[in-house]
Amino acid sequence: MSNPLLKVSDLRLRYPGTGFRTASPEVLRGVSIEITPGETLGVVGESGSGKTTLGRAVLGLARPTGGTIKFDGRDITHMNPRERRPLARDIQVIFQDPYTSLNPSLQIADILTEPLIAQGTSSQAARNSVRQLLDSVGLPANAAQRYPKEFSGGQRQRIAIARAVALKPRLIVCDEPVSALDLTTQSRVLDLLIDLQRQTGVAYLFITHDLSVVRHISHRVTVMYQGELVETGQTPEVTTNPQHEYTRSLLLASPTADPDRQAERRAARRLLRLANS
Amino acid sequence: MTVPERQATLDANHVEERRKGSFARMLRNPLGLGALVLLTAVVMLGLLEPVLSAHDPNFSSLTAVNTPPFSPDYLLGADQYGRDIWSRSLVAINVSVISGLLGAGVAVSIGTVFGLISGYVAKRTDAALSWLFNLVMTFPALILVMILYPITGGDYKIMMGVFGIFISAGIFRLVRNLVLGVRNELYVDAARVAGLSNVRILSRHVLYAVRGPIIIASAFLAVASIGIQAGLAFLGLGSSQLPSFGLMAGAAFLNIYQHPIQMLWPSLFLAVMTGALVMLANAYRDSLAAPNAVPKKPRTHTVVPPIEETGATDSAASIDGNQDQARSKGNLLTVRNLRVEYPQADGTYRSVVKGVSLDVNLGEVVGVVGESGSGKTQTAFSILGLLPRQARVSADLLEIAGEPISAQDDRTLRRMRGSALAYIPQEPMSNLDPSFTVGSQLIEPLTAGMSKKEARATILALLARVGIPDPLRTFKSYPHQISGGMAQRVLIAGAVSSRPKLLIADEPTTALDVTVQAEILDLLRDLQGEFGMGVLLVTHNFGVVADLCNRVVVMKDGEMVESGDVRSIFHAPSKEYTQQLIAAILDENTTRSDPPAAAPSALNKEHAR
Amino acid sequence: MFSFMIRRLGHGVVLILIVTAITFFLTYGAGIPVATNILGKNATPEAIAKLEAQLGLDLPMGQQYLNWLINAVQGDLGRSYFSNEPVVDAMATRLPVTLSIVFVAAALMLILSTILGVASAARPGILDNILQFISVITFIFPTLILGLGMVFLFAVSLKWVPAVGYTDLSDSPTRWFAGVILPAIVLAIGGIAALAAQIRGSMIDELEKDYIRTLRSRGVPERSLLLKHALRNAASPAFTTFSLQFIGMFGAALFAEKIFALPGYGTYGYQATVTGDLPALLGASLFGILIVVVVNLLVDLANGWLNPKARLT
Repeated sequence: MSNPLLKVSDLRLRYPGTGFRTASPEVLRGVSIEITPGETLGVVGESGSGKTTLGRAVLGLARPTGGTIKFDGRDITHMNPRERRPLARDIQVIFQDPYTSLNPSLQIADILTEPLIAQGTSSQAARNSVRQLLDSVGLPANAAQRYPKEFSGGQRQRIAIARAVALKPRLIVCDEPVSALDLTTQSRVLDLLIDLQRQTGVAYLFITHDLSVVRHISHRVTVMYQGELVETGQTPEVTTNPQHEYTRSLLLASPTADPDRQAERRAARRLLRLANS
Repeated sequence: MTVPERQATLDANHVEERRKGSFARMLRNPLGLGALVLLTAVVMLGLLEPVLSAHDPNFSSLTAVNTPPFSPDYLLGADQYGRDIWSRSLVAINVSVISGLLGAGVAVSIGTVFGLISGYVAKRTDAALSWLFNLVMTFPALILVMILYPITGGDYKIMMGVFGIFISAGIFRLVRNLVLGVRNELYVDAARVAGLSNVRILSRHVLYAVRGPIIIASAFLAVASIGIQAGLAFLGLGSSQLPSFGLMAGAAFLNIYQHPIQMLWPSLFLAVMTGALVMLANAYRDSLAAPNAVPKKPRTHTVVPPIEETGATDSAASIDGNQDQARSKGNLLTVRNLRVEYPQADGTYRSVVKGVSLDVNLGEVVGVVGESGSGKTQTAFSILGLLPRQARVSADLLEIAGEPISAQDDRTLRRMRGSALAYIPQEPMSNLDPSFTVGSQLIEPLTAGMSKKEARATILALLARVGIPDPLRTFKSYPHQISGGMAQRVLIAGAVSSRPKLLIADEPTTALDVTVQAEILDLLRDLQGEFGMGVLLVTHNFGVVADLCNRVVVMKDGEMVESGDVRSIFHAPSKEYTQQLIAAILDENTTRSDPPAAAPSALNKEHAR
Repeated sequence: MFSFMIRRLGHGVVLILIVTAITFFLTYGAGIPVATNILGKNATPEAIAKLEAQLGLDLPMGQQYLNWLINAVQGDLGRSYFSNEPVVDAMATRLPVTLSIVFVAAALMLILSTILGVASAARPGILDNILQFISVITFIFPTLILGLGMVFLFAVSLKWVPAVGYTDLSDSPTRWFAGVILPAIVLAIGGIAALAAQIRGSMIDELEKDYIRTLRSRGVPERSLLLKHALRNAASPAFTTFSLQFIGMFGAALFAEKIFALPGYGTYGYQATVTGDLPALLGASLFGILIVVVVNLLVDLANGWLNPKARLT
C-alpha cells in the first residue's frame, strides 16, 4: 500500500465541560486510523460511539485533547483557522442532513461557488464551473438559479456532494450521507459516490451506523464503540467473520430483509444473549 | 424591550427563506402600502414645517387663547396660552421622528454588533456579554433615563440615545439567540470547512438569516422610543421651549375639563405615527413569512369532522358486501377507500392518501411500507383520528373492532383511543411530556377507570414487563433523565396499558440504534403474542417488516401499490414498483470488491489557484 | 436549589451596589447646586458652605458614597434634603401606592392574558382576530395616551370613578380598589395583548408537539391536554416575558401616578431626580432594585418548578 493520505494516531477528545468541576466524559479514547488515497474507510458505530466526533476532528470542527492527525504527512491537529484555510482544497465534507447543510436563503449556484471563491478562484471562473459540477452529480443545469427548498432530499444531497467535490479534494469526510434518504435514493447516491471516487481518486472517511451501507461502499471497515475502535479490517472479513463480540452483536442485531433469514438471525441472537448471560 | 424581542423571535422561523422582493411583496399588501403612505405623509409634514407653519410655535397670542379648531388662521385651534396647535404639531412631528430614529438606531447598532459577537464567538465572551446585557435588561429603562436626567440636561436627543442603550438588551438577546441557532447549522460548518473567514461567514450566512427579525424589532423599538419621549416630555422632563406631543398633551391635560378637544391632536398624531409603524412592521413580517405562511392560516376557520362518510348511497351494496365479508373474518380493522386531503393556499385540496383499503385481522401484524411522501403515516394517523385539524378525511368504511367510525362520531374514536386502539410513535423523546414524570403521564389515562393506586401498580408492573430494570426509578424520573431506548419502552408500556386490541405503530424503531432496535422488535413481538393484539406497523425498513409482519401493504404517492403475504412480497413482488423497492435493498451478501482508485488526477489539480 | 438562591441573591447585591454607585456618582457629577436649591438664590456663600458641611457634601465623593452605604446597611437611608422626611418613612408611605397599582395590574395581566391566549390557541377564529386587534390598538395608543383617554372617559365624562386620589387598603377596600383600578388597567392593557400573544404562540407550538398527540392517542381528555400539559410547557417562556413586563410596569407606573395624581414611588423618584435630592434618589433606586431582584428570584423559582430540566442547575 502507498503512504497513508490521512493518519490519525491515538486521538483523544473531551468536550469542554459546562462548569468548573464537571468534567465531561472522553468522547474519543485513543483512536488510530489510516486512509490511503482513493480508498474508502467505513466507520461504523451506534449513537454516542464518537464516530461523528472523529469526523469533526479531522475537519477541524472539534478540538482534540490528545494525539495527532496527519494529512499527507503534515500535522494538522492544532492548526488555527488561518493556517487551515488552504486545507479546504484537500479535505471536504458531506453531512447527514441535506436540509440543514445547505443555506436555505442562497441559490444553488452561490452554494456551489462558495468554496471555490473562498479559495481564490475568480467569481467568473467559479460561475462557469457550476454547470459542470451539477452535471457531474446528475442534476440539470437550470438547478443553479433555484433554492434548496425546491429540491428533494436526494437532490439536496447531490448538491452537497457537488459542493464537496468542487475543489477536487483528496479526502471527503462523509458523515452519514445517506441515512436521511429513502431506500431507492440511497442506493443511487451511493453509486454516485463510488463513481466519483473511481473518476477522481478521492478517498472517503465514511461514517455510518448502517452495516449494509458500509458493505456497499467501503474497502475497509472499522467498528467504533464508546470512543474506541474495537475492530478494523477488510470489509468482507469484518462483516462476515467478525472477531470482536460487539461487532458480532451489531451484525446480528440489524434485521435483514428476508423473513426466513431474519428468523434465523433472531434465533442466533437469542442464543448469543443466552450464552452471555 | 420585551415586546419587539418576542415579536421578532416568533418570526425568526419564517425568515430563513430568501427574502428577495419581500419589500415589494409588502407593498402589495394594502395594509403595508397604506401604512407606508401614512407614515411618509406625516414625516413630510414635519420636513415641510418651515413652509406649512402659520405661526411661531412658541408665540402666545392673548387673542387666540383656546381658539376652537378649524378657525381661520388656526387650523387646529390654539391652546390655553394662545399658541397655534398646528404649528406646534409640525415641530413635534420632527421631535418624534428623531426620537424614534435615535432610540431604535442606537439600540439596533449596539444590540446587533454585540449580539453577533456574543453569539458567534460564544464561550467566555458570550458569558460576559450576556451577563452585562441581562443586567441592563433587568432594570427599568425609564427609571434609568430619569436617574440620568441631570446628566443629559434635559436634551431629548441625549435622553433618547441613553434610552436606546438601555433597550439594546432586547435586540442583543434576539440577535444572540438567532446567531446561536444559525451557528450550529450544518451549512455554517460546511462554510468553515470550505475555508471561509469568520467575517465572511458572519456577513454571508449569519447576518442574512437574522436581518428580517432585526428590521421588525427596530420598528417596535422606534414605537417605544416615540412613546417614551412623549411620556418624559409629558412629565416635564425636557425643554419647555421645544414643542413635542408629550408637552402638548401635558398642557391639554391641564385643560381637559374645559377644552377636551385639545387632547385630541397630540394623541391623534402619536397614534397615527406609531400605528403606521406597527402596521408596517406587521406587513413586513407577513411578507417575509409569505412563502410558507400557508399551513397556519387554515387553522382559523376549518373545523372538519374527523371522518366523513362519502358515497354512502351510491356504493352501498358493495360496502355492505365488504362489511359482511370483513365481519365473517373477524376483522379488527377494516378500511375502505380512505382519502386524506389538505387545503392549499389557492383554496383547492391536495390529496395525500388516495383511496386506501386495508384490513388487519385479530392477532395479525400488517406492515405498511413506502418511501417518504407515500402517505403511510397519514394513513395511520387518520385511522387514529390524530391528524391536524385542517386535514379532510373521508372513507367509504372505517371500522375498528367491529364498531363503525363515522362523521358525527368523534366521541367513539376518542373512547376507542383510550381502550381498543393504541399508538406507538417514532421519536421516543419528543413523545413524552417533558414537564411531568414518566409515571404521572402513564397513569393519567388509566385513572378514569380505576383508582390511582391501582393505576400505579398496573403501570409499575407494565414497566417491569417491557424490560425496564428499575421500574420505580423510571416511574419517578422525568423524560430527560432516561435514555432513548428506555423512553421507547415507556411509550410501549403506555400504549399497551389500556390492553388495546389494535396497536398502530409508526416507525417504532427508526430513531433507535440497531442493537436497541432489535430488543424493541423482540419486545413488540412478545407483547403482540401475549396480548393477542392486531398490529398495523408503518415503516420504511424492510428488515423490520421481515422481522415482524405477516402481511405487507406497499404504498406510493398516497396509493396502494400492492398487498400480500410477507413472503410473496419479498420473493415474488408482482408490481414493478415493489420490485424496484426490493431491488434497492442493499444486498447483504456482496461487499465492495474493486480496489481503491489510483489518484493521479487529484494530485495535480487542474483548476487555477 | 439553595445554592442557586444564594447565587441569585449574590447577583442582587452586586446589582444594588452597581446601580446605587452609578446613581450616586452621576447625580453628584451633574453638579446640581443642592445647597443653593435648598436655601434659595439669595443665600450667602457662608450659609451655603455651612449647609454643605452639615449635609456632608464637602467630603470627597467616594467618602460620601461609602458613608451612605454604611448607613444604608444599618437601615438608615438618610433624610430628604428638602422635606427633611426620613427616606425610609417616605418609602413606607409611597411604595404601597405604587405596589397596589402594579400588583393589581399584574394580576389583571396574568389572568386575562392567560385566558385570552389559551382560548385563542384552543379555538382559533374570532378570538384570534380580537387578540390581533387589541395588540395593534395597544401599540398604537401608548400608555400615556391610553391613560389620558381613560381619565377623560371614565372620570370626566362618565364620572364612574374618582379621577384622582388614593385611599389606603386598610381604610376602605372598595375605595382603594376604585382608586387603583383605572391606573392598573392603563398599566396592564399593553402587556395583556403582548403576553396573550406570547402565550397563544407557545400554546400553539406545544399543541402541535408529538407528546400531545401521543397523550391524545391514550385517551387523555382534551381539557387536560390543553390546561395541564400544553399550558404547563408554555408557561415557562411566558413567565420570563411576564417578569420583564412586571419590571417595566414600575417605570410606566410613573405615568399612571402622574395622570391619576397618586402619591407613589415613581413620583417621589421623579421629584428627587429633578431637584437633585440625593438621599431620596438613592433610596428610591435601592428599593427599585430590591423589587427587581425579588421579582427575578421569584420568576426563577417559578420556572424551576415548572420546568424539571431547569431544576438541576
